[in-house]
Amino acid sequence: MNNSEPEHLGAHSRRTFFKSLGTVAVTAATAQVTTVAAELEKASAEKVLGPGAVPVTLKVNGEKLKLMLEPRVTLLDALRNYSSLTGAKEGCDRATCGACTVMLGDTPVYSCQKLAIEAQGIEITTVEGLAKNGNLSKVQQAFLTKDALMCGYCTPGFLMSVTALLRKNPKPNADDVKHACAGNICRCGTQPRIVQAALKAAGVETASRTEVVDYA
Amino acid sequence: MPEWPKDTKYISHSTARVDAPAKLTGSARYSSDIQEKGWLYGMILRSKWPAAKVTSVNLDKARAVPGIKAAVVAREGAFTIRYYGEEIAAVAGTSKQACLDALLAIEVQADVRHGFVVNENEGRKENSPQVWDGVANASAPHVRQNGDVDAAFPGCAAVIEGFYSTPVQVHNPMETHGNTVSWTDEGLTAWASTQGITSVRDGFSGALQLDNSKVRVITEYMGGGFGAKFGPGVEGVLAAKLSKEAGAPVRLMLTRFDQALAVGNRPSSFQKIKIGASADGMLQAFEAENYGTAGIGAGGDSGGGGGGADIPMPYIYRVPNIRVKQSAVTLNTGSARAFRAPGHPPASYGMESAMDDLAAKLGMDPLELRLKNDSNPIRQREYKLGAEKFGWKEKYKAPGSSSGVVKTGIGCAGGAWGGSSGDRRTQGDAQINPDGSIELRLGVQDIGTGTRTVIAVVAAEMLGLKPEQITVRVGDTNFPYGPGSGGSTTCPSVSPTVHNICTKALEQLQTQTGVADARGKNWFAACKKLGVSPLMVHGQWQQGLSTDHACGVQFAEVEVDTETGLVTVKKILGVHDCGLIINQVTLESQINGGIIMGMGYALYEERVMDDLSGVVLNPNF
Repeated sequence: MNNSEPEHLGAHSRRTFFKSLGTVAVTAATAQVTTVAAELEKASAEKVLGPGAVPVTLKVNGEKLKLMLEPRVTLLDALRNYSSLTGAKEGCDRATCGACTVMLGDTPVYSCQKLAIEAQGIEITTVEGLAKNGNLSKVQQAFLTKDALMCGYCTPGFLMSVTALLRKNPKPNADDVKHACAGNICRCGTQPRIVQAALKAAGVETASRTEVVDYA
Repeated sequence: MPEWPKDTKYISHSTARVDAPAKLTGSARYSSDIQEKGWLYGMILRSKWPAAKVTSVNLDKARAVPGIKAAVVAREGAFTIRYYGEEIAAVAGTSKQACLDALLAIEVQADVRHGFVVNENEGRKENSPQVWDGVANASAPHVRQNGDVDAAFPGCAAVIEGFYSTPVQVHNPMETHGNTVSWTDEGLTAWASTQGITSVRDGFSGALQLDNSKVRVITEYMGGGFGAKFGPGVEGVLAAKLSKEAGAPVRLMLTRFDQALAVGNRPSSFQKIKIGASADGMLQAFEAENYGTAGIGAGGDSGGGGGGADIPMPYIYRVPNIRVKQSAVTLNTGSARAFRAPGHPPASYGMESAMDDLAAKLGMDPLELRLKNDSNPIRQREYKLGAEKFGWKEKYKAPGSSSGVVKTGIGCAGGAWGGSSGDRRTQGDAQINPDGSIELRLGVQDIGTGTRTVIAVVAAEMLGLKPEQITVRVGDTNFPYGPGSGGSTTCPSVSPTVHNICTKALEQLQTQTGVADARGKNWFAACKKLGVSPLMVHGQWQQGLSTDHACGVQFAEVEVDTETGLVTVKKILGVHDCGLIINQVTLESQINGGIIMGMGYALYEERVMDDLSGVVLNPNF
C-alpha cells in the first residue's frame, strides 16, 4: 500500500495512529475475527489493572509523584485532586477548552484526556514547572508584559501550548501561534494579546493598536 | 471636592497586572483549587427529565458507596422538576470517582411529565403545556407607547419591517460555578467562585438561617462570571449541607455540563420591528413586538439584577412615536441571569439592524442616518472619529452593489451603559507599617478585570510610591464592605475609596509624625517615626471622582461567502469613552474582551434545545 501522507501532518497522522495500535491490531487486519478477539483478550489479560487503586508514579516538573490511583483517574484529576498541583485547570473535562493542557515530553496534551497510569515514565511539565528559580520563563514574562491574561483560568493551558510551540518552532508567525492555540479557549477575550505575547517571546515586537484620545 | 492628581505617573498609564505572576506560575489559588484539610469532593445529581414530579429520592445505596461521607436531597419531600438539569440530590466523598459511583446509586422515583415545552414559538401558543400550573407561559404584553404610531407611519417617506432574533447564550466562564464550603458549629466559610462575596455571604445567611457574622466568604481568585455568579447558588447551599453532614470541608464545583443547564443564560429575543422615517432620514415612528425566554423564571438567585426577557427598545434612539410590546415566554429550561449588559446586546442588534435596513430603503449612508438620529453628543464625536480611523467613506458601498460570491461589507453601531459612578457604601482599610510597607484591604473581588491593579495604581499615585510597593488584599468578607462586580461599577467604586484612604493616611501621618508631606521620598522616614505600632486608616467612597453613562460606537468590516454563509471578520474598531482611565493596559484588555465575546455571540454561540426530549444538545463550550 502506498502511504502518501506527508510527515508534517503532525503527531496524529494515520500512520502513527496505526503504529499506536501496536502489532496485535495490525495483525488483526488480516486475521480471522475470532482469532483477533482471542488474541486481544490474551494480550490485555496480562495487563489488567484495577478497578481498585494501584500505585502510580508520575514524573512532574522533574520530581517524582507517587500516588495510589484507580486506573480510571485522569492525569488532570491526579494533579488537581490527588496532589497539590492545581495549576492545570479543569474547564470542561471533555477535551474542549484546553485549560488542562500540560506537556508530555515536548508535546502539549489535554491532561483530562490522559489516564494518569498512561502518563507514567514520561516527563510531565505543568505550569508550575515553567518558572526556574523564581524567574518567569520568556513566555510567562511576555504574557505579563502584554497583559495576555485576565481572569487567568485559561492561562496555564495557553502557556503550555505556546511554550510547546516555541520549542518546536522558535520563530513562529501569528498564524503558527493561532494554530498552536486552536485547542485552547479563553472566555475573557485575551486572544489578541496571547498572539502578541507569543511573538514577543519569540523576539518579534508588535505594537498595541489602542490609541488614547484625550478630549479634556 | 476631592480631585485627582494632575500630572500622573501611574494613573492613565499602564501598569502590569499585579497578580499576573501568581496567575502565570499556577500559584494563584482559585476557588476550585482550594484543598482544605480533609476536604471532600462533591457532585450533584440532576434531572434527566425536563418535567417530572419526583416522589422519592433514596440515598441509602449512595451512602454505602466506599468513600462517600455525605448525601443530601435538593428538596425535602415530593417536588416538581421544571427543567432538564434541575438539582435532585448531592453527594460528597473522598474522590471524584466515589462521587461518580454514588450518583449512579441514587434511586429516584418520579412521575415523568410528557407535557413540556422548550421552544419559544411553541411556548407562546395558548395550548402549550404549562410550565407553572395555572399560569400561561406567555406573559401579558408589557406595553410602552408615546405619541401616535398609527398616525405617524402613513406620513413617513420610508418604512421598513424586519424580524430580528437572537438565541439564548450561556455565560460559560472558564471556571465553572461552585464553592468549597466548611460549615462547623463555629460558622461557615465558603471559598466561592463569585463576582460578589457580600451577596454570596448574604445568600448563605438567608438560606441557612445564619447570622452574617457567622458566614465568611473568600474569593482570592476566580475564573470569570460575566453576570452569572452573584449568589451561593443551589450548589453552594448543597455543599454547605454536605459539609455539615460529613463534618469536613466540601469542594463542589459544577461540571461544564451542569454549568450549561442550570446557572444562568442570556434570554433569547424575537424582535418584529417596524420603523419609519421622513425623507431627510429623521426617525418618525417605531413599532416593535418582542418575545424571548428567560427559562422557568427570570433572575433566579442571580442577585445581579437583569435576567428578564425584556430589552430596551428602540435602544439608544429617541423616536417621537413609539409602541413597544414585549412578552416573556416561560419554558422548561434553566433560568436566565444577568449577562454582560443585560438586554443591551440583543436590543442593539435588533435596532441597529433595522437602522441599516432603513438606510438602504432611504438610499442613505447608514452612518449618516445614525448621526442624524443619535442625540448623544459623545457618540456623535465617537462616530466621526471612528469613521475617520476606520476609513468609512472609502470603504462604504451600497448594499448589494459589489459583484462576486464573497462580498465585503461594513457596518457601525452605538451602545450605551448607564452603570453608576460607584457604590457609595464602598469602604476600605489601610495598614501602614513602621517599615513603610502598606496593605490595603477592600471587600471587593477581582474577577479578571484588574481590580487589584487599579487599587495598587491609585494608591501608588496618591502616596508617591510604586504599585509593586502596595500590597492589595481583596476577596474576603472580613474586609470592609465592597460591592459586587457587575455593571462596570467596581473601578468607580474602589478608585475614589482608595483616594480617600490615601488622603487620610497622609493627613494622619502628618499629625502623628510631623512630616508635612509623607509622599514619595519622605515615605519611609515618616513611617519610621510611627514607632512600633502601625497606622490604621479607614476610608470610604466619595463623590466627584468618578462618572457614569459610558458610551461607545463600533465599526466592523466582514466578508460573507454568500453561497456558504461563512462570515470572516476582517476588522473591528471600537471607540469608547471610558471616563478617567485608571490603568490603560487592563482597560484595553477589557475592551478586547467585550468585542470578542460580542463576536462569539453574533457568530457562534447558541444554546440548542431538543424540542422532543427537552434536553440541552450542546452543554459545552
